[in-house]
Amino acid sequence: MIRLEDLTKIFQTPSGDITAADRINMDVPEGNICVLLGPSGCGKTTTMKMVNRLIEPTSGKIFIGGEDVTSKDPISLRRSIGYVIQQIGLFPNQTIEDNICAVPDLLGWDRKKSRTRAGELLEMVALDPATFLGRFPKELSGGQQQRVGVIRALAADPPVMLMDEPFGAIDPINREVIQDEFLRMQKEIKKTIMFVSHDIDEAVKMADKIAIFDAGQLIQYDSPDDLLAHPKNSFIADFVGGDRTLKRLRLIRVEDAMTKDPPRVTADDTLDKAVNLMEEHGHISIVMVGPKGRARGVVYLSDARGKKGKVGDSHDKLPVSVHVGEDLRTAVSSMFMHDEASLACVDSDGIYKGYVTQRGITHLLGATYRDQ
Amino acid sequence: MDNDIINADYTAGGKRLNPLRSGIDRLAGAIRLTDALQSNALASTARMIVLGLAFLAGVLAWSSGILPEILSLKDDVLYLLNQHLFMVAVSGGLALLVGLPLGILLSRPYMLKYAEALMQILNVGTTVPTLAILALSMSVLGIGTVPAIFGLFVATLLPIVRNAYAGCQAVAPHLIESATGMGMTPGQILRRVEIPNALFVMFAGIRTAFAINVGTVPLAFLIGAGGLGELIFQGIALNNFGMMLAGALPVALLAVLVDFVLSQAQFWLVPKGVNPLR
Repeated sequence: MIRLEDLTKIFQTPSGDITAADRINMDVPEGNICVLLGPSGCGKTTTMKMVNRLIEPTSGKIFIGGEDVTSKDPISLRRSIGYVIQQIGLFPNQTIEDNICAVPDLLGWDRKKSRTRAGELLEMVALDPATFLGRFPKELSGGQQQRVGVIRALAADPPVMLMDEPFGAIDPINREVIQDEFLRMQKEIKKTIMFVSHDIDEAVKMADKIAIFDAGQLIQYDSPDDLLAHPKNSFIADFVGGDRTLKRLRLIRVEDAMTKDPPRVTADDTLDKAVNLMEEHGHISIVMVGPKGRARGVVYLSDARGKKGKVGDSHDKLPVSVHVGEDLRTAVSSMFMHDEASLACVDSDGIYKGYVTQRGITHLLGATYRDQ
Repeated sequence: MDNDIINADYTAGGKRLNPLRSGIDRLAGAIRLTDALQSNALASTARMIVLGLAFLAGVLAWSSGILPEILSLKDDVLYLLNQHLFMVAVSGGLALLVGLPLGILLSRPYMLKYAEALMQILNVGTTVPTLAILALSMSVLGIGTVPAIFGLFVATLLPIVRNAYAGCQAVAPHLIESATGMGMTPGQILRRVEIPNALFVMFAGIRTAFAINVGTVPLAFLIGAGGLGELIFQGIALNNFGMMLAGALPVALLAVLVDFVLSQAQFWLVPKGVNPLR
């Protein structure tokens, strides 16, 4: 969708030429979020701003949807690209409604249509249109302003969005909330997004692909997991951090890591059966489920061995379980917190779906290295 | 029958009384409202004292015979007021027409090199007393209305240009970046973003400029342009209190009125989101 070919920017300064972007080649597939990452001054922002020609490239080509935009009229090009900046840039003299409708108004949309859309967009980010449409930016909190900044960029429904550290100025707690909200929205709207960030955690969370820049050059362009697992050189390894394997935990959902169709017992089963099942699978505990399959409790091998009776009479409370939709980071955190080597995985109804073990997670993370 | 008459009388009396009463009520309401707004007993006491003094001054003026004297100069006052207002309107209007575009032009990025130098010159210019400006104007253009208007124009122009420039300069760069990024043309950015956000500062300059203008117009008499200054200066020269006040009072009222009108314009015209007064 967005393709950069040998894109180069050389700034001429009194102290000599500075190459801010050096023959950048990359391709952002449609519907992907591509995070441009790197230390300040690495050329990531310059590269992004060349896409909507806020900075004119020195040489090279930019294609959007197959069309070479390097010779297109910059004004109409920009109207077809959503643009969000860190300082948000809501116009303080205009109401939220007029702010959201800024681009539709430039495009000459029917006023009624754009105003209706402004209300719908506000609802998408959980702001009540009746309350907020008539307000001025100064009457909103920072987080609310940034939400409006994002939906303003979406107002004319552009296929492509450029976001320049959009959540950089928001406090960490609200940032997480807005990031999650944005990812949920992206699932529906499927825009092609170039997203500048300097925060590796944000990049890992948001990106389908990450491009790491240094000194004007694109060093590595890969999926987050590949980037974290196989940094191309020591610069990237340092940049993504010594805990980069832990960061990969965030990329894998419990659902994809768990062992499915686990052995289980019900309250009516005998302890003998439970012991047999555990020994058969080499487990030290087994989950007891209710009639509908909900995880109800747990039986430990050490307790059950040699005992008679029903599981229902001598089981323990299940110390902790994890939702299948969570990432492995949450799962591992729970394991450490409760000192458990394995974790029962349940869905939203509490149905027992599988289990993850520390050993299994280690094995999964190591898989990428064994393949080579 | 008798009752009807009495009732009719009451009604008539009631009608006559009602406007009066509602007027008193409104006044009381207004006082209460301003009290609530200011919530400052001291300020309201001060206001009452000022009102009382004004009233006393009026009584004194009438009894000492100054007020009748002022009223006897009515025709002169009206003629000179006309001249006076003409000078304010023309010099002020021209200053607005030239000053605002000039200030905005200077704030354009491509003018940056010259703007700072020119602003330095203008800043020095503002320190020149207005009387000196009029004198300089006379030395070039002679006496009469034209040099007076020119001098007034120059004195009024400076704050307008300076604030229009400063206001546009103060518009946050990220607003312009986001406007550019969404595809506004430079003209659209100027009209929809820069001017509305600079308007409050621009208005502050316009108010300063008109305070200077209205305050300087009486001096225009000195270079032969007439106006209410004529009554003031002649009143002083002849030691004629009535004549002096006949000029001074309308000048004072005009200054208050102009500033009031401009402050209202500032209040209502500057968009709510960027208006600290609203």
